[in-house]
Amino acid sequence: MFQILAFKGTVNFLRHALPISVLSLFLVVGSVVSLATNGINWGLDFTGGTVVELEFDHAVDLKNLRADLDHESTSGAVIQNFGSTRDILIRLQVKQGVKSDDQVKLVMETAKKFDEGVIQKRVEFVGPQVGKELTEQGGLAVLVALICILVYVSFRFEWRLAAGSVAALGHDVIVTLGVFSVLQLEFDLTVLAGLLTVVGYSLNDTIVVYDRIRENFLKMRKADPAEVVNASITQTMSRTIITTFTTLITVIALFLKGGGMIHGFATALLMGILVGTYSSIYVASYLAIRLGISRDHMMPVEIEKEGADQESVMP
Amino acid sequence: MLNKYPMWKNLMVIFIIVIGAFYASPNLSGEDHAVQVAANRGAKVTVSVQARINELLAEKGIGVIRSELANEQVLVRIKNPEQQLQAKEVIAEALGEQFTVALNLAPATPEWLAALGGAPMKLGLDLRGGVHFLMEVDMGEAVRKMEDSKVSEFRSQLRLEKIRYSGVRITPRGIEIKFRNSDALEQAERFLKRKDPDMVFTDVSTDTQPLLLAKMNEVYLKKVKEDALAQNMTTIRSRVNQLGVAEPVVQRQGAERIIVELPGVQDTARAKEILGATASIELHMVDQNADIENALKGRVPATSILHKRRNGQPVVLKKKIILTGNHITDAQPSFDQNGRPEVSITLDSKGGNKFSAATKVNIGKPMATLFIEYKDSDKRNPDGTVKMKKTEEVISVATIQQQLGHRFVINGLNQPEAQELALLLRAGALIAPVTIVEERTIGPSLGAENIENGLQAMIWGMAIVLVFMLIYYRAFGVIANLALSFNLIMVVGVMSMIPGAVLTLPGIAGMVLTVGMAVDGNVLIYERIREELRAGRSVQQAIHEGYGNAFSTIADANITTFLTALILFSVGTGAIKGFAVTLMIGIATSMFTAIVGTRAIVNAIWGGKRVKKLSI
Repeated sequence: MFQILAFKGTVNFLRHALPISVLSLFLVVGSVVSLATNGINWGLDFTGGTVVELEFDHAVDLKNLRADLDHESTSGAVIQNFGSTRDILIRLQVKQGVKSDDQVKLVMETAKKFDEGVIQKRVEFVGPQVGKELTEQGGLAVLVALICILVYVSFRFEWRLAAGSVAALGHDVIVTLGVFSVLQLEFDLTVLAGLLTVVGYSLNDTIVVYDRIRENFLKMRKADPAEVVNASITQTMSRTIITTFTTLITVIALFLKGGGMIHGFATALLMGILVGTYSSIYVASYLAIRLGISRDHMMPVEIEKEGADQESVMP
Repeated sequence: MLNKYPMWKNLMVIFIIVIGAFYASPNLSGEDHAVQVAANRGAKVTVSVQARINELLAEKGIGVIRSELANEQVLVRIKNPEQQLQAKEVIAEALGEQFTVALNLAPATPEWLAALGGAPMKLGLDLRGGVHFLMEVDMGEAVRKMEDSKVSEFRSQLRLEKIRYSGVRITPRGIEIKFRNSDALEQAERFLKRKDPDMVFTDVSTDTQPLLLAKMNEVYLKKVKEDALAQNMTTIRSRVNQLGVAEPVVQRQGAERIIVELPGVQDTARAKEILGATASIELHMVDQNADIENALKGRVPATSILHKRRNGQPVVLKKKIILTGNHITDAQPSFDQNGRPEVSITLDSKGGNKFSAATKVNIGKPMATLFIEYKDSDKRNPDGTVKMKKTEEVISVATIQQQLGHRFVINGLNQPEAQELALLLRAGALIAPVTIVEERTIGPSLGAENIENGLQAMIWGMAIVLVFMLIYYRAFGVIANLALSFNLIMVVGVMSMIPGAVLTLPGIAGMVLTVGMAVDGNVLIYERIREELRAGRSVQQAIHEGYGNAFSTIADANITTFLTALILFSVGTGAIKGFAVTLMIGIATSMFTAIVGTRAIVNAIWGGKRVKKLSI
C-alpha cells in the first residue's frame, strides 16, 4: 500500500494558519474591491438581450465584422470568437423600440457579406424583465443555500463549527466571484449553477474534517483543541487530496472537452474546488478554533441548548 | 463471523443494479424514423384512422416496422429513412386538413421493453435542437376584461333594483360608481355587497360627489388570473398541435408565464406568428337607437361604441359583451339551405346559458361579431415589456331569428371568411394577449455537437479516474471502479425511468462531475480501512470499522450537497433544472453503490475467512 502523502505523526497545519488567513482576507478584500469597481460581466441570462452564435466556413476578421455591425440597432454589440476562429458569438443589447428579430436579421445579412455559407447555430433572446428577476432569484438562491447549510451544520455539529463552515463557504463564493470579476469572465446561469455546486462540494470537504474533529475530541482526551484539529486535518489529508484530484480531473475534462456552452460552468468549478479545498482547512477549522471550540462543545448536544445557540449566530 | 451480508441483502443489491441496468438499456437502441399523425381540434384519431394509414402505406409499398396508437396520436415507424418523407406526403394528402402529419424520430426500444415502461432519457432542447419560448400573459388585459363585464353587470343590476346612479366607469384605482345623493349610494352599497361577494366596495365620496369604489378582492383577482393562464395554455396547446411538431412541451411557469418548447423547429418566424396571434371574438348587440351621423361626429351614447366593418362602413355596437370566444368549443364552416356560407358554432354550457338568455330578449334585432387582434407594436413600456396594439373589426352583422341555445350559426359571410373564422374560433382565442419574453433557438448540429462534447468529457474524466483508482487501491480500486460504473448506469436508468427528468448539456456535466465526486465515498472508506490496518487491527475488523466510521461522514457530506442541488432545482430553469436533477440522482445512487454495493462485493470476497493481507 502506497500513500501520496505519508505523514509521520501529526503535521502542525495550524502553524501556518495566521499568515494564510491574512492571505485569505486579502483575497476576499481584493475580490470585494474588484466586484465594487469592475463589477461582474453579467451574461445574457441576467441582463437580457440577444446572443447569436455563428459558424463561418473560414476564419473571419472580427475587426471588419465589428465595423460593419456598428449599425444603429446593433451598436454596442460584443463580438468574440467562441472556441475557434470560425465560430463567432455576438451579444446584442436590448434597444428601445428595436425588435430582437430585426437585430438578428441584420446580423445575418452582415455575416452573409463575409461568407455566404454562414450557419446560424444558436439564437437566444431574454427579455430584460426576465433577466432582472433572475438576478434577484440567483442572489437569493445563494443566500438560501448558505442559511440552510448553517442550520443543518448547527443541528448536526455545533454553532462554532457551523459559523466556520459558513465563513469558508462565503469565502469561496466571494473569491470565485472575484476571479470572474478580475478576469471579466462572463457570468451566466451555468456559472451560478457551478457556484452553488462549489458550495456543496466545499462543504463536503469541511464536513469530513469536522467529523474527524468531533471524533478526535472524544478520543484524544488530553489534547488541546489545536492538537485535535491538526490531527484531524492530517488524518483526512490524503482523502482530501485524492477526492480533490479526481474531481479536478473530471472538471478539467469538462473544461477542455465540454465545449463552449459549459466553459463558464467548468471555470467556476475549477476555481471553486481549488479555493474550497484550502478554505475548509484554513478558514473553517481555524475560525472554529478562534471562536473557542473545545471538548465540552462536542458532548452530545442537548435540545434546549439548540435554540439559544442558534439565536446567537443569526444576525 | 464479521463481514457477511445475509442472502437477502446480496439479492437486494443485485436486484437494484439489474433494475437500473434494465431501465438504462433503452438508451442503447437508437431511434427509428417515424411519422406522427395528430388530430386538429374537432377531429379525432381513432382505430379506423390508424387502419386507413396502414392500408395506405401498404398500398404504396412503404415498409412499416409497426404503428402505434397512443395519446390520441398515431405513430408509424418506417423501415428505411428514405421512405419517411414519402410516407408523410401520402398520409397528409389522404387525410386532409383535419389532421397534422409530422416527421418524427421515435426511440427504437424493443416492444417488450417498452411495455415494461422502458424508454430512453428525454433529451433537452440544447441537445436535440429546437425552439424554446417563454411567453408572458398580459394580466392587465385579463383583469380589464373582467372589469368591463363587471361594469355592465353593475349597470343592469342597479337598474333592475331601481337604484339611481349617474355613471359607472373604470379607473386605475377600480370601478367607480357615481350617485346623485348619498341615500342611493348607501342603498346600492348594501345591495351590491350582498349580491357580489367577489368585489370589495368602499365609500370614497367627496364633499360634492357620492362615489362608490368597487375592487376585486384578492381571492377573486387571483382566480381571474389563474383562469386567464389556464385558458391561454389550452389555446396555445391547440395551436402548437397545428404546427405539427413532434413531442412539444407546453408548461406553466409561475403565475403568468408559459413555456413552449418545439423540438426540431427552426422556422421561428412561423412558429411565433401562430403562437402569438392573439385574436378573439366577441358578440355584441347593434345599438339601433344610435344615429350613425352623430356617432361619426363623436356623439356616441355612453353605453355604446363606434366600430368599423371590414369595408370601412361604420356601425355602433352596445358595449356589453354577450359572449366571448372562450365559450366556443367547436366551429365548422357549412352552408345554409340556399347554399350561402355560414359558420356553425357550438358553445360550452355556461356560454350556452348566457347566450340563450341574451337572444331570448333580442329576437329580431341585429347582432354583430367583433374580431379583436393584438399585435406587437414594436414599442416598449417603460418597464421593458412590449406594448401591444389592439385592432378591432366587425366581421359580420346578422339578425337573431329565434332564441338560440348552445348551437347556432353566424351568417352573412363570404366563403373564405367563413373558413377563416371557423379556423380561428376552433383554435380558440387567447383571453389576454401574450408576449414572448424569452426565446432560445438551438440548431440541430449544435445539439449533436453538445452531446459529442459531453460524451468526450465524460470518457476522458472517467478513464483517468478509473486508472487512478486501480493503481492507488489495487483490488479495492477494481471494486470502486465497478461501483462507479454501476453508479453511472443507475443514473442513466433512473433518469430514463422518471417521467419529468430531461437530459441537458449541464445535466451531462452533472454526470461527469458525479463520476469525480462519487469516488469520495469509497476514498473515505478505504482511507479509513488503511488507517485501521496501520493501527494494527485485523483485516476483518479494519473492514468493519472502515465502513462503519466512514458512514456518518459520507451521509453528512452528501446530504449537504443534496440540499444545494435541491435549492438549485427550485430556482433554476430549463437546463439548470436538468443539472440539479442529475446531481441529486447521482448523489443518491452513488451513496448506494459506494457504501452498500462495494460492501457486498468486499464481503463476498474477503468476508468470513481468514485473510492476512488486503490488496488496498
